[in-house]
Amino acid sequence: MVSASASLRPASLPRQGDRGTKIEVEHLSFYYGRFQALKDVSLAIRERQITALIGPSGCGKSTFLRALNRMNDIIEGARTEGVVRLDGEDIYDPAVDVVALRRRVGMVFQRPNPFPMSVFENVAYAPRIHGLARGSDLEELVEDSLKRAALWEEVKDKLKASAFELSGGQQQRLCISRVLAIDPAVVLMDEPCSALDPASTLRIEELMHELQQKYTIVIVTHNMQQAARVSQETGFFLHGELIEFGPSAMIFTDPTDKRTEDYVTGRFG
Amino acid sequence: MQRTVSAHGSLKARGVLSPWFGDRVFRWTTLLFAACVLAIIALLAYLLLADSVPAMRAFSWRFLSGRNWDPVHDSFGALPFIYGTLVSSALALLVAVPISLGAALFLAELAPPWLRNPLSFLVELLAAVPSVVYGIWGIFVLVPFLRPVEAWLGAHLGFVPLFSGAPYGIGMMAAGLILAIMVLPIITAVSRDVLRAVPVSQREAAYALGATRWEAIRGPVFRYARAGILGAVILGLGRALGETMAVTMVIGNTPAISASIFDPAYTMPSLLANEFMEATGKLHIAALMEIALLLFVVTIVINAIARLLIWSVARGAPAGVRE
Amino acid sequence: MSALAARRAGLQQLRRRAANSTMWFVAVLCVLAAILPLGFVLYYVLAQGASGINLDFFTKLPKPVGEPGGGMANAIVGSLILVGLASLVGLPVGILGGIYLAEFGNNRFAWTIRFLSDVLSGVPSIVVGIFIWAMVVVPTHRLSGMAGGAALGVMMIPTVMRTTEELVRLVPMSLREASLSLGATHRRTVFKVVLVAARGGVVTGVLLAVSRIAGEAAPLLLTAGSSPFWSTRIDQPMPSLPVQIFTYAIQPYDDCHRQAWAAALVLVSLVFVLSVAARYATRGRFRMVR
Repeated sequence: MVSASASLRPASLPRQGDRGTKIEVEHLSFYYGRFQALKDVSLAIRERQITALIGPSGCGKSTFLRALNRMNDIIEGARTEGVVRLDGEDIYDPAVDVVALRRRVGMVFQRPNPFPMSVFENVAYAPRIHGLARGSDLEELVEDSLKRAALWEEVKDKLKASAFELSGGQQQRLCISRVLAIDPAVVLMDEPCSALDPASTLRIEELMHELQQKYTIVIVTHNMQQAARVSQETGFFLHGELIEFGPSAMIFTDPTDKRTEDYVTGRFG
Repeated sequence: MQRTVSAHGSLKARGVLSPWFGDRVFRWTTLLFAACVLAIIALLAYLLLADSVPAMRAFSWRFLSGRNWDPVHDSFGALPFIYGTLVSSALALLVAVPISLGAALFLAELAPPWLRNPLSFLVELLAAVPSVVYGIWGIFVLVPFLRPVEAWLGAHLGFVPLFSGAPYGIGMMAAGLILAIMVLPIITAVSRDVLRAVPVSQREAAYALGATRWEAIRGPVFRYARAGILGAVILGLGRALGETMAVTMVIGNTPAISASIFDPAYTMPSLLANEFMEATGKLHIAALMEIALLLFVVTIVINAIARLLIWSVARGAPAGVRE
Repeated sequence: MSALAARRAGLQQLRRRAANSTMWFVAVLCVLAAILPLGFVLYYVLAQGASGINLDFFTKLPKPVGEPGGGMANAIVGSLILVGLASLVGLPVGILGGIYLAEFGNNRFAWTIRFLSDVLSGVPSIVVGIFIWAMVVVPTHRLSGMAGGAALGVMMIPTVMRTTEELVRLVPMSLREASLSLGATHRRTVFKVVLVAARGGVVTGVLLAVSRIAGEAAPLLLTAGSSPFWSTRIDQPMPSLPVQIFTYAIQPYDDCHRQAWAAALVLVSLVFVLSVAARYATRGRFRMVR
C-alpha cells in the first residue's frame, strides 16, 4: 500500500561521488522520415541507479529509450544523429555489433510479451543463442535468473508450463527474468507496469530496488508517483526535447523550469 | 390496406405496401439465396451417398482394399486409385513445402517492402493458370524433360525401388511435379499471411535480447505461427487431392500400384474424368459414385482441419493465450 | 574472460552470423524456385501457341480429327456462352447471399452458410461435375450447355459470396446511418448506397470468379461435353476452350497439338488479364484464401 505522502518522499539521495556514468548521450536527434521525434537531447545516466523519464504522451521518452539499445533501427525510415556512449563507446558507430549491444542493454516492454514456449524455454532462449551455457549450467542459470526476478518460488514447479498460463504480473517478471539471464549491464523498462494491476506494480517496483544494486536501470513512466518512488534521477521530456534533468527529489518538489512544474503538478498531460 | 399518410395522422403503416414489410421480404429473399449453398451441399452429399449404396452393399470394405478394377466383370477395387492419389499428393508436398516455406519466409520477413507485393503477385499468378494448360505443358515440355532425368536416376540409383522401372516420363513423378507447381502458390500465400500475423511484440522481444534475424524467426516467430503453417500445408494437400486435368494428362492412367515413381499410375479424380461418361452398368456407376464420395469426404475434412489451424493463428491469439 | 572462452565466443558469433546469411541465401533461392515454373509455362505457351494463332483459329470450325486446318471458333463462342450461363447461376446466389451474410449475418445460420461456402470452394471440380450430371444431365438425358453453365455457376458461388460479403462489410456504418436517417428503407440503403459504394470490389470479385471457371475442363466433360459444330443452343452439348485443349492435346496429330497450344495461349491470356485486373484492384484490402 502506497500512502499519499509517498509521492513526495525522496528516494535515497544519490551519492554523487562514487557512481560513474554508464551511458552518456550527446546531442541525440531522431527522425521518423521528416518528423523529428527527438531534438538535441543530452544527458548522462549513472550506473547502478534508477533513472526515470517522464513526460506527456508523444513527448519522445519511449523513442529516447529505444535509442539506447538501437531498437529504433528496425523502424523503416528512421534516422539517428548524435552520440550515445555506453562505457565510453559510441553505440552508433557503424562497426558496432548490434546483437552484442543488445546483450548488454536489455529491454522490458510495456505489454508482457512472453514467447509461446514454456517458462523455462523463455528464460533459456537468450542464453542459448548467445552460447552462454548448456545442459545443467543452463538450468542453474535459468533458476538464478528467475530468483533474481523474484519469480522462482512461484514457478519452480511449473517450469514446463506454457508462459501464457502465468498472470500478467508474473509474465512481466518472466520478461524481466529473460533479460537478466544474459547478464546485461543496463536494463531499459518502457512503462513496465502500465498493463498491470496495483499489487503487481508494487512487486515490480520492489524488484527494481533490488535490481538497481547490480544493474543500471532506465525507466519510462507516465506515472509520476512511481517515478518519484523508485528513481534517483529524473528527466522530463516535452515535444522531443529534454526540458529538465536532475535528482528526482528536486524535480518533483522544486523544479527549475516552469514547464516541468506545470507537468508534475498536473496542470497538463 | 391503406397506408396512412396524413400529416397529422398516425405514423403507422401496415400491410403489403409498408416499408417494414418490404424489408422483411428483402431479408428473406437474400436469406433464401444464401441458403442455396446449404441446399447444394446437402443435395450433393445425399446424392453421392445414395448413388454409391449399390457399390457399398456389393463390396463393403473390400472396395477400399481391392486392387482389381474390372467393369466388364463388375468387380471394383479402389486401392490403385487411392494409392495413386495419395502418393502423387505426397510427392507434390515433398517438393513444394520446402520451397513454399522458404519463399513465404522471404516474402513475409526478408523482402524489402517495394519487392514484397510484386513478388507475391507473381507467386499468386501461378494459381491462376488453368489446370489444362499445366497439363499440355506437362505432356509436351515436362515429360520429355523428365525422360533423360529418369534414365539418369535409374542408371545411378536404380537399386532403390523408388527409381526402378522404365523411364517413361509419363507417370507418378511427372504428376507429382506438376502437382507441386500447382500447390506452391497456395501454401506460399497462406504461410506468408500467417507469418505476417505474428505480433510485432514477439519479434521485438527477441531482438531486444540480442537475437539475429534468423534466431528470432526460428524461435518465437515460428513457434507462434507453426499451427497456421501446418494449416497452409494441409490446405495445399486438399488442393492436390482434388486436382484432375493436369494429373490426368501426365500420369498415364494405368491402375497399377508400383513402388517406382517412374511407373504410370491412376488417381481418383482422373478415373472419374475418364470413365464417368463411358460407364453404363449400374454397379459401375455406383462404384464411381463411391469414389466421388470418398474424394468429397476426404477433401472436406482436410479443408476444415486446415482452416481451423490457420484461423487459430491468423485471426486471433494462438491457442493457449489467456485473455 | 579466458582466451579460450573468448575464442569460443568469437566462433559462436561467427556461426550465428553464418546461419543468418545462409537463411537469406536459401530464402532467395526458394522464391526464385517458386517463380521459375511460371516463367517456363508462360514461355512455352507463348512460343508454341503463337504459331497457331491466325485468323482461321478464331473463325473456322474444327476439321475432323486427323485433318489439318480448321479452327476453334465454336469453342471460343461456347466458352463465352458457358461463362454467361454460369453467371446467371453464380451471381445472384453469390451477391445476394453475400449481402445477407454482411447485413444480417450474425446468427448461427449465417455462420453455417459461411462454413459451407468454404466447404464448397474445396470440393474438387470433378465432383461438382458429377453433381450437375446427376441433377441435370440424367433427367434431361443429354449433355447440354445448360448443365455446363450450372456446374460452372456452382463453382463461382463461394468466391463471389465471400468477396461480396467482405466488401459490403467494409462500407462504413456512417454511410448506412446517413441513408437510414433520411428515411430510406434498409433494402434501398443496401442497393442504392452500400452496393454502389462496394461495386468496384464486387465487380472485381466477379472477375476473379470468372477467371477461375473460364479455365475449368473437368466439370464440363461430364456436363456440357463437346461438339465439332456451331452450338449456341443451351440444350445441346457445347464446346469450350478448356475441353478442346484437353481433347486435342491427347491426340497423336501435330496439327491438333498446334491448335491446342494456340487455345492454351488464348485461354491463358484471357484468364491472366481478368486475374491480374481483379487482384490488382483488391490488393491490400483483404486476403483471399482460395
